Amino acid sequence: MFEIKLVRIDDNRWLLPQTGGMKVPGIIYANEKIYQLLKGDESTRQVANVAHLPGIVNYSLAMPDVHWGYGFPIGGVAAFDLEGGIVSPGGVGYDINCGCRLIATNLTLDDVRDGLTNLTTALYQQIPSGVGSTGAVKLSGKDQKKVLEYGAKWAVKAGFGTPADLETTEDGGAMEGADPEQVSARAMERGKQQLGTLGSGNHFLEIEVVQEIFDETAARIFGLSKGQINIMIHSGSRGLGYQICDDYLALMVKHAQKTGIDLPDRQLACSYLDSQRGRNYLAAMACGANYAWANRQLLMHQTQEVFAKSLHLTPRELGMRLVYDVCHNIAKIETFNIKGKMKKLCVHRKGATRAFPAGHDAVPQQYRSVGQPVLIPGDMGSGSYVLVGQEKAMQETFGSACHGAGRVMSRTQATKVSQGRSISRELADRGVLVMASSKGTLREEIPEAYKNVNDVVQVMHETGIATKVAKLKSLACIKG
Amino acid sequence: MRKYKTFDHTADIGIEITGKTRKELFGNAVAAMFDVMVDWPSEDKRLFSADEIKPLEEKRIKITGNDLEDTLINFLREALYLFNGKCWLIKSCEPLELTGKCIVARLKGEPYNRQKNQLKTEIKAVTYHGLTINKSKKCWQAKVVLDV
Repeated sequence: MFEIKLVRIDDNRWLLPQTGGMKVPGIIYANEKIYQLLKGDESTRQVANVAHLPGIVNYSLAMPDVHWGYGFPIGGVAAFDLEGGIVSPGGVGYDINCGCRLIATNLTLDDVRDGLTNLTTALYQQIPSGVGSTGAVKLSGKDQKKVLEYGAKWAVKAGFGTPADLETTEDGGAMEGADPEQVSARAMERGKQQLGTLGSGNHFLEIEVVQEIFDETAARIFGLSKGQINIMIHSGSRGLGYQICDDYLALMVKHAQKTGIDLPDRQLACSYLDSQRGRNYLAAMACGANYAWANRQLLMHQTQEVFAKSLHLTPRELGMRLVYDVCHNIAKIETFNIKGKMKKLCVHRKGATRAFPAGHDAVPQQYRSVGQPVLIPGDMGSGSYVLVGQEKAMQETFGSACHGAGRVMSRTQATKVSQGRSISRELADRGVLVMASSKGTLREEIPEAYKNVNDVVQVMHETGIATKVAKLKSLACIKG
Repeated sequence: MRKYKTFDHTADIGIEITGKTRKELFGNAVAAMFDVMVDWPSEDKRLFSADEIKPLEEKRIKITGNDLEDTLINFLREALYLFNGKCWLIKSCEPLELTGKCIVARLKGEPYNRQKNQLKTEIKAVTYHGLTINKSKKCWQAKVVLDV
């Protein structure tokens, strides 16, 4: 064990010096307030642990929403050299391609104010959520393989959306290199019935209104305007993704000794990127990612149907349009300038969002003049932010930014402090209508269980990694 | 004596399990995981400690691992898969044989009925993070973090 002392670099960055078996130093993005919260948290040690892994490039990074995870910290970013570097299922997480999707509409607050309760009730009833929920689409084995290979493209082809949705989805909604043969029968089994389900825990669907615009140009290009109604969906690859991660983690732990990689935590089990096992994992992970994109595409389609029916509007009148869909649990092969040379790296984002700048090929054509939208949901009562990726992210964070507010309280603590309170009433007082399939989830997800999203976003803004475009306020929230 | 307690972990749930023997520790670990996950009407809850149970089905499983800790994780993993993947609710778990690298156990349970046992928490996975198994003078103790 070694003592971890962070050294302040500037107002928003802390250096975790290279000690012991660390191969690189760490950098944590945090202001003074967030730094104080890090003190009682194991995440700093986890940033150091990640720095032990072979082939890590530059720094082991943590975004300002960093908190204690398992293996990698949540809010962790680490890039590995394709030669001599590793891929770690724990560095991606169980919920492969857990992510967010922001949908803009033609509606304003006045259009939904009176019907909000009915609309939210209808969404709650129609969109499967909660533990163990199953979706409306039952997949045959053949179809499921197509979902794993083609992701949201499959969903659009099957009638759940339009080709325009794919243009504003990260990777066009289908990650390359997906090979269903690398996915276990168990994972396939678990995936059959869950497509089009929201899930539980911190997954949600929110109706939000654009409250404030910080960057007029970017907001206009993203199609966001003050007073406009938007929908934010947070969900992932469900049981299929959990099983893929679990299967490969077990396999990598089993063979850990043979690879000769010294692990400070077994949860960091990994394989070399140029090994068969490493390649198989990436091919299976891509299947999980594609399942998640298809899932969010279906959720969007169901949302549109409920809105149309509940508000008696045609799809044209609703004007639902996908602003963007980002994943925040993923490993991606991307190219970065490392000491003057363009290098392909495997970037792990575990609770972190891609934040590519203007001009980058991977940014949708219509947004390329300003950069990629970065979606940051806050806690239940606060709403969300839309940021835009900047060049600084390419220089410092492998094109990455934070993914949310980040927990500060454990679920047990949150349940304890919310004892005897009516969380739904408290949120109603703040103007947020909440429906959840479990009261326990509401208690675990109380706003004070999270960091203040304003602080977290401000760190990204001030460091110039991703800058503020718009803030959205929650109006209604459906929780699993 | 309560056979497990939860401990704080920012994003997930930690369980600290005890048992007089290693076998009991493994059995209690499965019971603890299902206690976190499912709401038990009182008569069902008792089934985990009572000798007499009314099982509908019985399964015998054999699980291996690199060492005792790995075996525990793989054992919990299998129990979780039976629920998450096969919708089979384990109501009793009796470890029959246990070495440092292998466990054979008899599980009793039934197809999961949502009406009978409501789900409290979705457990995504059993993790290796912070995993420990220790023996004190009085008992065996293990710490496991569950991803929720």
